[in-house]
Amino acid sequence: MIGLKGARRRRLPFQIYRWTALSVFSVLLAFPFVWMAITSFKQTSDLYNLNNNPFLFNERPTLEHLKLLFEETLFPRWFLNTAFAGAMVVLITLLLAVPAAYALARLTGRWGERLGIAIFLTYLIPPTLLFIPMSRVVSELGLQDSLWSIIVVYPTFTVPFSIWLLMAFFKSIPRELEDAAMVDGLTRFQAFVKLVIPISFSGILTVVIFTFTLVTQEFVYALTFISSASNQTIGVGVPIYLVRGDVYYWGSLMAACLIASLPIAVFYNLFLDRFIAGFTVGAVK
Amino acid sequence: MAVVETKDLTKVFTPGERGAVNDVNLLTREGEFMVFLGPSGSGKTTLLRMIAGLEDPTAGEILIGGQVVTHLPPRDRGIAMVFQSYALYPHLSVYKNITFPLRAQGVPKEEHRGKVEWAAGLLGIGELLKRKPRELSGGERQRVALARAIVREPTVFLLDEPLSNLDAKLRASAREELTQFHERVGTTTIYVTHDQIEAMAMGDRIVVLHEGFVRQVGSPREVYDDPADTFVATFLGSPPMNLVDHGDVLVGFRPEHLLPRPLVEGPAVEIGVRVTGIEYLGSERIVYALIDRDRFAEQKVVAKLPATYEVGVADGEAVEFAVAERNLRFFDKTSEKRADSRALVWG
Amino acid sequence: MGVKRGAGRLGAAMFAPALLYIVALVGVPLVLAFLYSVGDVKVGSVGYRFVGLDNFISVLQSPTFRGALLHSFLFTVGAQLIVIICANILALALVDRFRGRGLVRFFILLPWVAPISLGAIGWKWILDSIYSVINWALVQLHLVKQFEAPMWLGEPTLAMLSVIMVHAWRMLPFSTVILLAGLTAIPKDIPEAAAVDGAGFWRTHFQITIPMMTPIINVAVLFGVIFTFTDMTVVYILTRGGPYNTTQVLPSLAFFTGILGGDLAEGAAISVFLVPILVVIAWLMLRLAHRAEVV
Repeated sequence: MIGLKGARRRRLPFQIYRWTALSVFSVLLAFPFVWMAITSFKQTSDLYNLNNNPFLFNERPTLEHLKLLFEETLFPRWFLNTAFAGAMVVLITLLLAVPAAYALARLTGRWGERLGIAIFLTYLIPPTLLFIPMSRVVSELGLQDSLWSIIVVYPTFTVPFSIWLLMAFFKSIPRELEDAAMVDGLTRFQAFVKLVIPISFSGILTVVIFTFTLVTQEFVYALTFISSASNQTIGVGVPIYLVRGDVYYWGSLMAACLIASLPIAVFYNLFLDRFIAGFTVGAVK
Repeated sequence: MAVVETKDLTKVFTPGERGAVNDVNLLTREGEFMVFLGPSGSGKTTLLRMIAGLEDPTAGEILIGGQVVTHLPPRDRGIAMVFQSYALYPHLSVYKNITFPLRAQGVPKEEHRGKVEWAAGLLGIGELLKRKPRELSGGERQRVALARAIVREPTVFLLDEPLSNLDAKLRASAREELTQFHERVGTTTIYVTHDQIEAMAMGDRIVVLHEGFVRQVGSPREVYDDPADTFVATFLGSPPMNLVDHGDVLVGFRPEHLLPRPLVEGPAVEIGVRVTGIEYLGSERIVYALIDRDRFAEQKVVAKLPATYEVGVADGEAVEFAVAERNLRFFDKTSEKRADSRALVWG
Repeated sequence: MGVKRGAGRLGAAMFAPALLYIVALVGVPLVLAFLYSVGDVKVGSVGYRFVGLDNFISVLQSPTFRGALLHSFLFTVGAQLIVIICANILALALVDRFRGRGLVRFFILLPWVAPISLGAIGWKWILDSIYSVINWALVQLHLVKQFEAPMWLGEPTLAMLSVIMVHAWRMLPFSTVILLAGLTAIPKDIPEAAAVDGAGFWRTHFQITIPMMTPIINVAVLFGVIFTFTDMTVVYILTRGGPYNTTQVLPSLAFFTGILGGDLAEGAAISVFLVPILVVIAWLMLRLAHRAEVV
């Protein structure tokens, strides 16, 4: 990492380059969210008047859209659905991925390494390849149109990536710690539970956040398996079911997008570096 | 307290290749401080880890206190171990680190306090109990690791290069501390190192290992003065023993025994050399030279001259050196094992 | 019981649940996907009859499918090209620490960390046929007349351009952060050595830094291609594949045919066309990982 000193040495042309690039891209990338915020608080008549400057509040700002969203739509329900599905998927992911990652990192030797790569490759199999047969599997399980369908299916992509992340994390723990714990009187499994898991707290937290955000971001499976509006998650409910026929309630719609996006974005942002490390294993030392 | 015994202990990691440890037979004495010494890859750490139960032997047996423990897990062997990195549990305070073995073995909670105080007192770390490992210096970490090791009063101590993470200055005092600590607790101790100074300074006996084989077992004096083969002869001592080709034998002598002729008393072998380089090290001078006559001509030798010998020796100069006959060691050229002393036929 | 043998057994026991789950819910559907693509499965049908390559022949003869195949490539290549160029520019601007870097990074990351379906609906509003803010700006700048303003999602070329831009918008933060990780991992002394050797900042960047970053750029591109080629969210929300299937891509076509149309077999056959690309990418990744290990 090049520190602050390095930054001060940079010459003027670079400073110009940096600030131009950053301002242009910040505006381009963040603009839709700014636009959501502005739209959320505008009166409908203001939104649909082509003579008004859309960047300004030509009429009084209003909370009407938010009120509509929380009182007359399923938005609160979707919020709860998403939270519940997220919590369940996190639970399943941890139960499956934590022991599996430890097994691959420590206990299975050379074929563990190959299995680890195979596991990672399953992460590359996209929902859009599996959703058709998966819909059959879901209906065989009697879960069609139920929130449980996605709770059962989402770990198909959260487990492989979590195993991969945790495997790297467990490998970075010095083996001597577990040796010491075994000499001190624990079995291998006890050492895993009483020593490795507490030490790995931050890695496990990363997996929790990562899994939860993936649940909020998934679109294809939820769209495919769940057909009643009341069972949906936010990611599908807002863009599909907030639209009545062909009528878009843009004010409420944008408010819903903003409210759902920001907390997820903040959390994800905090753990992003770890998450990215999962993609760059091997290519960056 | 107990003795450790290994019988034909062997470890082969990759079938078909040479074992990491081969047919090792050892028996410690009660309360002994035994050092496994060897270069990296000599199998010393594998040997220790097999005794600890952290590696499964391919063949052979391990006995601790007369009981066969070969297939027992580490926790059932009554041993304690100090690791190279100390392996302090990073998320636990020093106090919790020391009580960890007690909790793991189900020692009643009310006994913890007293045992920790005893161990901490023995090592002078009573002040550190609330700290986390990352807040400790290298020396403090070592003491915490030792405290954690003795707290459950093991029958055998195993130490795996515990000084290698300390800087050179600290190492000398830590060595001294370890020796004193061993004298106080008197537990049979096995200590692994690649550092011959540590081995010489601390060991009651040294086991010299090379490529998985035991080359020699003996007191520091024995392995230094009477090396069993050319490996031991050249691995110990700095600079290593000179080995000069002499027909079917190799003649060995330590650099500190290759001295200017006037300094050597009694029956001696004279060796004329041409100096090719000199290192001045303060307390001594290391002289690199080529023998420049007779049948040894052109063979390299090294001499170590004490600072008390103040006669100048110059690069390129021809000097008359000698070695006392009692300081000559002979090795068989093919087996590289020690051979009987004989009269050296010169010239 | 030996340590190692015990460890092996414990390892198998700890790995088994995850393995069973993955076999059941990834392995089985994957096999089913191939079976469906060579069978005659419809929603509600019970039997299975092997029909060989009929489904593939049928989709290949469909102009909609051939269009979708082409659009998929256009979509992927177009979006990735934009992303990788912009990501290089952005990563370099972000590499040093400076005051406010955390905040700037948060803004730049928003498109990736917020749910894509919600971001896309935001764009749908921005690109609205009547109330588009972009068109308002264009009109104000007198670049277009009010009633001739572009229909961003209503005209084939513009619609394709729009979905490409929105997806690039979505993927840019991801690639930027990966490149940033690569950039910060380059040992500082190498650029410094180049500076001592007399190379200027830009020469160092293009002749030393970027070549050193090749492996990490490859990683960013490979993941980017996978996430783009297999995505249907942006297309589904912005255009539903329209107008007249001109933005239809393979995943969205598979969804419309297999799920909404109920023709599981043909839908599966369309999805299976994703496989060759995925296999190539997986193979490239393994090579990359292998090379990284050797180095």
